Amino acid sequence: MTERTGVSGFQPEREAAGAGGWSAVARFLHRNARFVFPAPAVLVVGFIIVYPVLYTGWMSLQEWFASSLTAPKFIGVDNYQKILTADPRFREAFFRTIWFTVVAVSFETALGVGMALLFNREFWGRGLVRTLSILPMMATPTAISLVFVMMYHPTLGVMNYLVTLLGLPMFTWTYSSKTALYAIALVDVWEWTPLITLIALAGLAALPKEPYESAKIDGATPFQCFYLITLPLLRPTLVVAILFRAIDALKTFDIIFVMTQGGPSNASETINILLFNQAFSYFNMGYASSMAVTLFAIVMGFSLILMKVRRVGW
Amino acid sequence: MVSDPGTKKLLTKIAFYAAVVVVMLPTVFVFYWMITLSLMPQIEAAAYPPIFFNFTVTFKGYVEVFAKHPFLLYTWNSLVVAVGSTLLGLIVGLPAAYSIAQWRQHKLALAILVARIIPGISYLIPWYILFRNLKMVDTYQALILTHLVVGLPITIWVMIGFFEDIPPDLREAALIDGCTDYGAFWRVAVPLVKPGVVATAILAFIFSWNNFLFSVILAGRNTRTLPIAVFNMIGYEEINWGPLAAAATLITLPVIILTLIIQRHIVTGLTFGAVKG
Repeated sequence: MTERTGVSGFQPEREAAGAGGWSAVARFLHRNARFVFPAPAVLVVGFIIVYPVLYTGWMSLQEWFASSLTAPKFIGVDNYQKILTADPRFREAFFRTIWFTVVAVSFETALGVGMALLFNREFWGRGLVRTLSILPMMATPTAISLVFVMMYHPTLGVMNYLVTLLGLPMFTWTYSSKTALYAIALVDVWEWTPLITLIALAGLAALPKEPYESAKIDGATPFQCFYLITLPLLRPTLVVAILFRAIDALKTFDIIFVMTQGGPSNASETINILLFNQAFSYFNMGYASSMAVTLFAIVMGFSLILMKVRRVGW
Repeated sequence: MVSDPGTKKLLTKIAFYAAVVVVMLPTVFVFYWMITLSLMPQIEAAAYPPIFFNFTVTFKGYVEVFAKHPFLLYTWNSLVVAVGSTLLGLIVGLPAAYSIAQWRQHKLALAILVARIIPGISYLIPWYILFRNLKMVDTYQALILTHLVVGLPITIWVMIGFFEDIPPDLREAALIDGCTDYGAFWRVAVPLVKPGVVATAILAFIFSWNNFLFSVILAGRNTRTLPIAVFNMIGYEEINWGPLAAAATLITLPVIILTLIIQRHIVTGLTFGAVKG
């Protein structure tokens, strides 16, 4: 049946004379298919994404505790002023978030590219290596954090045994404010280095062969080949990989919340954790919203910088 | 110095495989240790130096997980939410992806990509207030809707790639044969991208299954999902590692199996199609 009305869309006069309202609806659907197809998605996105984002923006200009009975009070940009000038805890969390991201993503990039160079050849077991690499990215972060909580235990954990095997001193891992952030970054590195590896491998596979051949004739060393040919050619791919990692590292929540909840003594409290606690422990919704907007701005800023780097040389 | 080229080649090969084993060891070890701890009695799990191989196998940890916690309920909750949000994501996302691929609606695609950048927590405050006012905290509906925020963009982006791979002639042919756009979508395009739909569905399922942030606030006593249950167990079990490791293993196992099925599509999914794995 639908086919009939569908064809009739091309001959509107005849169809309109013959049938009533239903064919008008069918004709409308037919003509506007390109708007009808995405319409449900647009509605859903509007409800679960656009509306909350606008609401958060509006709420960031209010003072409101969800636990109290008083209505939200409009205070303009006071929340932002507090964030920028009068909240040392936010400032610490801000630098901690950036530092965590820089540390984790640099290690992931260096290790990931190194592993990609190692794996970039035909060898027996390549498929297995690929498969194993995917597992840390997809495994439930909560479960992985839990395993690391057990591994990091200062007296009963296996990590301290392993580091003494390597001749290193024992660490306090997530149990001391000096090392907590790095111990968490290590989990992030464990989880996400494979993503860089796999993206870099895809990039390496697409590189042209000719530059290497002429470099060989010119007598370039393997290191020169890597530094002068591979790295520049791989840069666009790497920027995409780093971009995805940086966006997610700035927003890291699960592993921090499960392992330390921001402690000990705020040592691993990133913006995300601070804002979560402001919102859902103190119900300070207005202030938390302004932090959420700020975090979004930071993530956007990072993304824009990286996209610019993609075009300009480094 | 090794002069014989054959020996040298063999040594390079050995060195190469040694390097591969060393870099893959951490990945394998964490999973190995998770499973091992789940099967050890507490005394051996807390032994120093740790016991890596010759341990007594016991299923006490698994028994305790189900005996002390309503683990089946949590599993059921996780399943309902993940399946619900995946299906809803497909119903809404497939036509949108088709439309974006068909009529080159790049702006729409870009708008959905922004959802990937916005921190999840900035949705959570309004949702919490909204669902609290509607008395919908601790309902499947609230969880399914919110998990869509992760699932829908991924569904749309991965499916755009699959729909773009369909030769445009096929749609033309279908239209000439009297199909509407709806017919061309449902009878021609969707059957052609079935493998893609399966891969996308599994991806969306895993992301919902793993979700912690949204569920920790919006799930309650009746709808608590596995990640939240496992998180709560940390305080409850202290250093009773058998059940903890058993719970971690149980929640990770389905993910690993599903991941193995669609491993070719994981990188594409994680990078929103920017990189073809």
